[in-house]
Amino acid sequence: MTDENTPEGGGETRRDFIHIAAASMAAIGGAAVIWPFIDQMNPAADTLALGTTDIALGELEEGQEVTIMFRSMPHFVRLRSASEVEDAANVQVSSLPDRLARNRNLDDNAPATDDNRSALTAEIADGVEISDDLRRSLLVTSASCTHLGCVPTEGAGEFGAWFCPCHGSHYDTSGRIRRGPAPENLPIPPMTFISATTLRLG
Amino acid sequence: MKTVSRVLAAAAAAMIIATPMAMGAGKYRTPEQHNWSFNGPFGQYDRQAVQRGYQVYQQVCAACHGIKHLSIRHLGMPGGPFEYLEINGERTRFPNPNDNPAVVAIAEDLFPIEDIDDIGDVIERPRRPSDPFPYPYANEAQGRAANGGAYPPDLSVIVKGRHYGANYIRSLLMGYDQEVPEDVDVRPGNYYNPYMPGMLIAMPPVLMDDMVEYADGTPATIEQMANDVTYFLAWAADPHMESRKSMGFMVMGYLFILALLLYASYRKIWSRVKH
Amino acid sequence: MSGPSTYEPKTGFTRWLDSRLPIVRLGWDSFVDYPTPRNLNYWYTFGGILTVCLMIQIITGIVLAMHYVPHIDYAFASVQRIDRDVNFGWLIRSIHAVGASMFFLAVYMHIFRGMYYGSYKAPREILWILGVVIYLLMMAAAFLGYVLPWGQMSFWGAMVITNLFGALPLIGEPVTQWLWGGFSVGNETLNRFFSLHYLIPFLIAGVVGLHIWALHVPGNNNPTGISVKTKADTLPFHPYYTVKDGFAIVVFLIIFAGFVFYAPEVLGHADNYIEADPLVTPAMIVPEWYLLPFYAILRAVPDKLGGVILMFAAIGVLFILPWLDTSKVRSMRYRPMARWFFGFFVVACLGLGWAGAELPDTMVPGLGALGVDFLLFGRVLTVYYFAYFLVILPLLGFVEKPSPRPASIEESVLNGDKPAKAGAAPAAQPAE
Repeated sequence: MTDENTPEGGGETRRDFIHIAAASMAAIGGAAVIWPFIDQMNPAADTLALGTTDIALGELEEGQEVTIMFRSMPHFVRLRSASEVEDAANVQVSSLPDRLARNRNLDDNAPATDDNRSALTAEIADGVEISDDLRRSLLVTSASCTHLGCVPTEGAGEFGAWFCPCHGSHYDTSGRIRRGPAPENLPIPPMTFISATTLRLG
Repeated sequence: MKTVSRVLAAAAAAMIIATPMAMGAGKYRTPEQHNWSFNGPFGQYDRQAVQRGYQVYQQVCAACHGIKHLSIRHLGMPGGPFEYLEINGERTRFPNPNDNPAVVAIAEDLFPIEDIDDIGDVIERPRRPSDPFPYPYANEAQGRAANGGAYPPDLSVIVKGRHYGANYIRSLLMGYDQEVPEDVDVRPGNYYNPYMPGMLIAMPPVLMDDMVEYADGTPATIEQMANDVTYFLAWAADPHMESRKSMGFMVMGYLFILALLLYASYRKIWSRVKH
Repeated sequence: MSGPSTYEPKTGFTRWLDSRLPIVRLGWDSFVDYPTPRNLNYWYTFGGILTVCLMIQIITGIVLAMHYVPHIDYAFASVQRIDRDVNFGWLIRSIHAVGASMFFLAVYMHIFRGMYYGSYKAPREILWILGVVIYLLMMAAAFLGYVLPWGQMSFWGAMVITNLFGALPLIGEPVTQWLWGGFSVGNETLNRFFSLHYLIPFLIAGVVGLHIWALHVPGNNNPTGISVKTKADTLPFHPYYTVKDGFAIVVFLIIFAGFVFYAPEVLGHADNYIEADPLVTPAMIVPEWYLLPFYAILRAVPDKLGGVILMFAAIGVLFILPWLDTSKVRSMRYRPMARWFFGFFVVACLGLGWAGAELPDTMVPGLGALGVDFLLFGRVLTVYYFAYFLVILPLLGFVEKPSPRPASIEESVLNGDKPAKAGAAPAAQPAE
């Protein structure tokens, strides 16, 4: 009887190799199987496809603001008054906590001037005519505070635009962070004027 | 145990063979087997046929049958009929169906969709790829009223939802031109179709030669249209079939190699003891 | 768990941990140095396979619950969304649906193996009863899960099964309304079924823990049915049975993957891809294949209450099986008569499955000339099913003359799994 009850008896390398190969193969499979179970939690195809929201500008009066949903996130749409635009334009970019425009229509490193924040940066569909003044006074930004995601209150705070009630971040009339814990300016979504009175986000 | 295993295997085989006979009450003819491009473990969809089938669906079927579980963008999804387009003679892939010009054009050509604008008014706007296909009825009662009491079923998963799947749909569409046997009483509002369980169907024969004009010039015979629209419905019911099969090939290959390695390891370990 | 522990913590940390929470010791004694009979064949790998099945079902199920909507207006559409839009949703749902069938396939192998080798007999009665409890919970989970996609078979299956309880005298109607949460199968029913379907797998996992505990106290049975006597009869679980179980699991997964990737719908019913319609019953309602034998037993009795009672009795009789079998010999390898009756029993179960899939008044192929329809066929097999437990096994213990058995597992192994030759066997076999 050739009974060897000890599990780790002997030391031939070929035997070790086959066990190591089998165990490694099993480990590879185990690792590969994890991916579908992680990826299923990513946004599904229908969620990703809900790409665009159209905003009718005709009803918006100067100084008025509406909050709309775009990709399940609230966004501010504000037709700013001339003085609000002027206030924002007079701020030196170098004095800002966040000097980047955070505008999806521009390069990542575009400076946070007011022109770079306003709808002047929006694409214009073929054959659509729209005045520069209107584009400059229109501001569309995310309504999620870049600190921890609360929706800032309109018309509050030291800069007359938005103030986040959660942790006290102050934004100016260009949606830029000026004081408080928020690290970045409110981001601006991709925008296209598809008619003289309709702005499409996404 | 060996005898028992053999008896077990035989009985299991008998059960599997017997199962199709259990299907459905009422007599019907077994659908004809068709040589689909998606048959077999490596079968793929014939995308040209699926595209033509979409045209048949849209021009012939869509007036009565919805596909409510599909959105327009699905036409351009990976594995979908319009994923690849010929642009200036080059085969181009559009990873995002929202940017796919063919899909966008199809969406805009469809009946506009009701939406609510940001001041709360109900408006009609052109469809986008992310929208569903138009549904022919506001509700089931309307669908029944419009069709003499019979509700045309939704076709999103019809190929999975019928025994014999694609073969059944194809045979049914081509099965009207049959002589009615004497023992079948065709009541008003019904048509004789031997492939329908019970052999009576409320859907009139719809396909007629040359009723659609294919963009690729394929002659639109009844059989061609029945084949094509079945291709479309087969894809609609199982849009991930191609990635399923290709992933299956890799998984099976992996498992076979792992099984061999484990078997070698098993033999090696057990060679130390008599068993 | 059985016998003294052989675990010796080697590092400072493992010693520290072992004196506070001996979890490594538990794992070591249960799955590494656990003494296992050296003659277990491949029929004994289904326990490990079933553990894998349970894990697969729980993991894929938790994932599906992230996307599924338990509401009658959205359930079917949310399943379609899983199949079409959720990343790998089609794969995960397919694994879960096929997995239910594979789970039952494995559990039937496991049960038949236990019945053939007498694994239910003393001292493993509790182990067997816990197994039957798991099987019952599995059937409940499978039924509840099948309702969730809210297709035609889901709805009408729920209707038929819940209406079974209406057969109970006096309390029938209140009980069915209590199950439904309304006057018919509806949204309330779907919601509670979803909740319970999520709960039951964890109950199963708990009972599986007890099942393994109850296994590790007396130790494994084995194909000879002879108890372990010396250390020479056993091998450490690791690596001998880890690698054998591992190989069997991978072979099982090949079959599993074959269904998932190449025939994901073949085990289900086409009608379940039609959204539930309370106004139209499908032409034929049949349960999933793994419940068909019980469905046939239900239909074998012309009386509604009688059928329900008999169907539950078919499972209930399994609980008392350890006391119905009067033979002193465990394994049917050494029971020449019982072996044949067992073979017929397996065929009867398959035949009942067949009868359950067919309309009762259709003729059995090949037996039509004798006037045997599936109702009669099912009745005959039902009689045999119960006779096997209630008449044959109790009587066989007195009638049957067991064939000679080896003195020990070790001897059986050396004789190449053949029963000991006549004359060589010890004359008297004490109780095993």
